[in-house]
Amino acid sequence: MTKSHKKQQQTDIKSLPKTPTGINGLDEITGGGLPQGRPTLICGEAGCGKTLMSLEFIVRGALMFNEPGVFMAFEEKTDELALNVASLGFDLYELQDKKKVKLDHVHIDRSEIEETGEYDLEGLFIRLGHAIDSIGAKRVVLDTIENLFSGLSNQTILRAELRRLFAFLKNKGVTAIITGEKGDGGALTRQGLEEYVSDCVILLDHRVINQISTRRLRVVKYRGSQHGTNEYPFLIDEDGISVLPVTSLVLEKAVSSKRVSSGIPALDYMLGGQGFFHGSSILVSGTAGTGKTSIGAYFAAETCKQKKKCLYFAFEESPNQIIRNMKSINIDLQPYVNSGLLRFHASRPTLYGLEMHLVAIYKLIKQFKPATVILDPITNLITVGSVSEVKSMLVRLIDFLQNEQITVMFTALSLNTVVNEQTDEGVSSLVDTWMLVRDIEHNGERNRGLYIMKSRGMKHSNQVREFIITDKGLDLVDVYLGPEGVLTGSAREAQQLKERTGVALRDFAVLRKDKEINRKRKVLEAKISNLQAEFESVEEELNRIYYEDELKQQIMDKNRDEITKMRRGIKEESPTKKKK
Amino acid sequence: METEEINYELRLYVAGKTAKSATALSNLKKYCEEHLKGQYAIEVIDLLVKPQLAEGDQIFAIPTLVRKVPEPIRKIIGDLSNEEKVLVGLDIRPR
Repeated sequence: MTKSHKKQQQTDIKSLPKTPTGINGLDEITGGGLPQGRPTLICGEAGCGKTLMSLEFIVRGALMFNEPGVFMAFEEKTDELALNVASLGFDLYELQDKKKVKLDHVHIDRSEIEETGEYDLEGLFIRLGHAIDSIGAKRVVLDTIENLFSGLSNQTILRAELRRLFAFLKNKGVTAIITGEKGDGGALTRQGLEEYVSDCVILLDHRVINQISTRRLRVVKYRGSQHGTNEYPFLIDEDGISVLPVTSLVLEKAVSSKRVSSGIPALDYMLGGQGFFHGSSILVSGTAGTGKTSIGAYFAAETCKQKKKCLYFAFEESPNQIIRNMKSINIDLQPYVNSGLLRFHASRPTLYGLEMHLVAIYKLIKQFKPATVILDPITNLITVGSVSEVKSMLVRLIDFLQNEQITVMFTALSLNTVVNEQTDEGVSSLVDTWMLVRDIEHNGERNRGLYIMKSRGMKHSNQVREFIITDKGLDLVDVYLGPEGVLTGSAREAQQLKERTGVALRDFAVLRKDKEINRKRKVLEAKISNLQAEFESVEEELNRIYYEDELKQQIMDKNRDEITKMRRGIKEESPTKKKK
Repeated sequence: METEEINYELRLYVAGKTAKSATALSNLKKYCEEHLKGQYAIEVIDLLVKPQLAEGDQIFAIPTLVRKVPEPIRKIIGDLSNEEKVLVGLDIRPR
């Protein structure tokens, strides 16, 4: 046996065995599920989702883990239960036919029952035992056992029997959920069930703040195990319950140095020529009508162009509206929607609470697995939560997205025309890249200026660019920085025209100078050749004199020789004779 | 009530031969002989033997006496030690 194997076995012995619930997120919070073979208490107010959660525990157990389960209902009839969860896509009857699930409704009606003398709840035990044995159940739910208290008056017997019941359940080795209604004044349950079930207690809560309801879940107690202690929001929708194990703020995520294009070449150029980092978070903030959505749509289109998936959360406009509007700036998103690369999710922020939005976003992202997520605009979320709440939600969202290596673009609306250094949501410190689109009012015109406030880990331009939206698309142009300040729009155009004129004039002047130089050169060259000719003639003259002198000298020498010979009378013929 | 017709169909659910069950049965027989002579039938069901029957009559406490006939169904739980209550419960004596 290897060392690691031994170690593995040791931890196996130590740790508490757990039964996974199969409910999205709950297993993460509880570190693997509910304590195996022990009862768990789920308590909360009416309508907080106790029954659904416990029923989902049974159904998921049967479907995902092949663990049959018994659901003993003290409140609702089996038909009602089946109908209630049919909307979630669970067919209880089918599961019951397959012997995966056993539903049992215990009907207690005080008016039908007379109590006389001693009794016990052995009948319930037998029923439960029979149900467990008949399908080999591993999971049991008792919903809501406190109804016994309203049906029977002898509390002493009931309490004793309850204690016996939990012992019985433990004995059977089933993982049980007992639900209980929240009692008055801080008590977890009306009848103090928590004294019997002490292994694991989960509290569900349904709060309405600002007319928006949020469901929350908290693990109050989990004996022998670590668990998340926070309140976690959860959502009930067509897929059942999703709990959000949100604040896992360990800054240990993997990072990528891959770059993704923003879809606007000029913007990429400002960001070191390559665009954003893959898996980074981008904030585009600006006042109303500065083209934030357009930037988002361009980014979405670019993602789809590269055959990657993009998820677009629209909190203001409907998908069709966005598609129509974006057509006017030369991007057609419809084909991407049709091919399934782009998905819109439009919802009004006020539809549900902030946490619900977060859960909905999580779920969609998990489902769709996009490469890029766009939230447009996050500012609208502030209508459903306070600034700090929005911020904490966004922290969690960014955290989650970065873990999943998804690039995210937020747009945020600055409410006042004076551009704040911080956005209202205070998320600017969290994001990797922050772009600001601002209005530049000048010369009776409103133009847009874009600049990059920050962009972590890459070279980025410090220049203000004019951000132009035309029917051809988006572009960024250098603004004109002149003595009169920043010029944009038509002022910039005029300035450019002026400059162009200047350039033409200068070009003409230069051309004229060039010609003059040419002429001068020609004149000089002519002069040079003239002088050269002169020099040659002088040289020739000098050479001629030189030859003459030499010739004279030779002749004189010769003459002198001859004279000398003549004087000495040396036969001068001999050499001539010889020669002849 | 001099007919030999069986007006009362009673079922007593027990779980094994416990003291409570035995008391309940003997109490029941005594009351019936006293008040319903000749017009009752008692069926004793031991849930340890037939646990599947518990669901049908919505049994959760032991012992439980169920009056099947006449309708409506009535239930009395406990060892039936209080005669007055049992008779009222079975509608033998007016409330």
